[in-house]
Amino acid sequence: MANQDTSRPEAPSTTGPRSVTRRDVLKGMAVVAGAAAVPTILAACGAGATAVPTAAAASVAAPSTGVPSAAPASAAGVTGTVTVGSNHSDASEVKGMAAINAAFIAANPGITVTMNAVDHNTFQNQISSYLQGTPQDDFTWFSGYRMRFFASQGLTTAIDDVWAKVSSNYTGAFATAVTGDDSHIYGIPVDYYPWAVFYRKSVFSDKGYTIPATWADFKTLCTKMQSDGLIPITFGDKDGWPAMGTFDILDLRLNGYDFHTQLLTGKQKWTDPKVTTVFQKWAEIMPFHDKTFAGLTWEKACDTLIQKKSGMFMFGLFLTGEFASTGTPADLADLDLFPFPAMGTQYDAEDALDAPIDIWMVSAKSPTLQADLDAAKAYMEFWSKGSTQLLMFQNQPGFIPTANDTDTSSFSDLQKKAVQIVSQAKKITQFLDRDSRPDFAGANGMQSFLQKFLANPTQDTTALQAQIQAFWDALPPATV
Amino acid sequence: MPDPQDTGLAPAPAPTGAGAIASGPPKRRRYSILTRRDKIVLLLMVGIPVALDVTFIWLPTLASILLSFTNYQGIGGITAANIVGLKNYVFLFTQYTLFWPALSHNLLWLAFFVFIASPIGIFFAVLLDREIRGSRFYQNVFYFPVVLSLAVVGFIWELQYAPDGFIDSALGLTSQNNAIDWLGNPSLNIWAVLVAASWRHVGYIMVLYLAGLKSVDPTLREAAAIDGASEFQTFFRVVFPVMAPINIVIVVVTVIESLRAFDLAFIINQGTNGLELLSTLITNNSISEASLIGFGSSIAVVLLVISLVPIVLYLSRVMGSASE
Repeated sequence: MANQDTSRPEAPSTTGPRSVTRRDVLKGMAVVAGAAAVPTILAACGAGATAVPTAAAASVAAPSTGVPSAAPASAAGVTGTVTVGSNHSDASEVKGMAAINAAFIAANPGITVTMNAVDHNTFQNQISSYLQGTPQDDFTWFSGYRMRFFASQGLTTAIDDVWAKVSSNYTGAFATAVTGDDSHIYGIPVDYYPWAVFYRKSVFSDKGYTIPATWADFKTLCTKMQSDGLIPITFGDKDGWPAMGTFDILDLRLNGYDFHTQLLTGKQKWTDPKVTTVFQKWAEIMPFHDKTFAGLTWEKACDTLIQKKSGMFMFGLFLTGEFASTGTPADLADLDLFPFPAMGTQYDAEDALDAPIDIWMVSAKSPTLQADLDAAKAYMEFWSKGSTQLLMFQNQPGFIPTANDTDTSSFSDLQKKAVQIVSQAKKITQFLDRDSRPDFAGANGMQSFLQKFLANPTQDTTALQAQIQAFWDALPPATV
Repeated sequence: MPDPQDTGLAPAPAPTGAGAIASGPPKRRRYSILTRRDKIVLLLMVGIPVALDVTFIWLPTLASILLSFTNYQGIGGITAANIVGLKNYVFLFTQYTLFWPALSHNLLWLAFFVFIASPIGIFFAVLLDREIRGSRFYQNVFYFPVVLSLAVVGFIWELQYAPDGFIDSALGLTSQNNAIDWLGNPSLNIWAVLVAASWRHVGYIMVLYLAGLKSVDPTLREAAAIDGASEFQTFFRVVFPVMAPINIVIVVVTVIESLRAFDLAFIINQGTNGLELLSTLITNNSISEASLIGFGSSIAVVLLVISLVPIVLYLSRVMGSASE
């Protein structure tokens, strides 16, 4: 028995959740960087703003001017610390967050902000364990099904009182977007970005192209572009989710908003012939797409549009980030968009589109929440102001502010147009993965199914649709 | 020490023959060559690793197996309503369209490593063992990828395989119509990834094998040469059999590397679109926002069962030779 063989078997690693939390990365950064940045922000804003004060600090100096009923000397007197969890990890967004936190501290001298910024995708993947563990008081998230899901799990705090103060600064559509299943309000909408067809004005004018209004026009234009040596539609689906944007718009145009939302919430079947039609129409334009789309990220796909090698890109407004980073401001100025063409159905009149809304929420399990509830709510209230949202917008021009009192004088033509197509839409959806269950829309769920379709678009999709439905049916009972 | 040293050399009454155990041996004082202190030390030395082993390996494994019979989604506690019996497995085997591709990719990975990558590594080792000029240089070149983490390997090869990357450019395939989409084409990308994985694996095997070759007694080769054996015969009849312990290590390393294949596929496209592996299915379904922990666990159990085959084979061999 002494001759114990201690060679341990190489253990098969099972599913042990490998938590790779990158906490504390930027913790405290807001305080440090913010304090230093305040004077600069004030100066910058003072120069540009005229009618409506852009800087939050300005609204402190003259509370009655720009901000309507939304902020009646809001959080004056509130003291404490608010901890915030942010998924803004891009350099430009980190700058925006720093500016906003600095402005918040300036407006609420009694409150300290401690921020924890986590990589966007990591934040998303760990949201469930994050909210059940020790989350920050306030955190960034998405509206729609994904907000309602965690709200109904009791992992977030209702903020009806905050909403009562700020709701006049929002249109009705935003109110719907932050209402939970129990009719309470759970979020403050802070920005949105429409999905549309993007193109370069110079390419269209050089080649004499016109904006296609109908499906037939659209396909004719594609053929023409092809003969001109352009890739008609650039596309990058390596990450799986970009294809969802095309699915959404085709389904909205062909089958309407009601069918689409019911389909994504399990009230319609994926085996429905209406879904087959979507795939058939999609197959018609697939030959016009970038051939190597499956291996491309959306950023790479966007590059061909920038380089004028491709003609159009069905994508979200945040692609402006790629255009802005070329170093040539003319590139961004040359970018334009048009709504997806009409498909000749009764649903064309809905002018529906995807325009995902990003929100801020208050968590439920934050250990400091009870002590900091007032500060946490003051922070939420602060985000509801156009002046706050503009601070992010100045750094990330692809996210349009949601507040009514936003000073739009600095909006470019493209941004104005984006606002316009959203305001004209009778129906607005979020995005496939925000309107449906996260377990359904994931990488080895709907994203994989769409990739299977795209690998062979002319296939008979009956079997594929049956597989999608089978996957949906096998999911645990819906909690929402 | 109050205990007198009772150095009874009486062996423990352990039955040696199989099935020769007599029930109810007479109760008598056991003699042991170990003092109490020895026993405590032994207990700690064995107990701590066992406790760690049980806590971090056996309990999570057991928990995974139990979770695979539920539809738990990671929120709140597990209730009776969560128990779904074999439903996860039935769905996995009959309807989940990504399971069989993933399993076949894992097996393909194993076969590719066993029959192609590892033999190449061994071949390189044999060549380098012949003290050819610049052998040390080649050794470093081939070993270099092993130093890189798989994340870096993935990144490097992603650049090579990109439609405007080195490989397509070198082949003159850059235009839209004839570019080969190495990582995007779902029937091609698994092979592209296998090449990238082998790039690293070959160097690893080479170094392991080279170390083994260096320890082979040179007189064996001399004797073989004097007996008139060709190079070929010397290697396969003399060196290879002598290298048996290293060969086993190579096999084990190869199998382990294949079964834990994950990084490259996940870095390239999260293990979708033709790069499905059991490990990426587990991650995408249970650890991501999807949080299908029960379903993911059932895939993990399948991977566990597959992993058990080589483990059992290896252990039975090691244990078997140890007891001889």
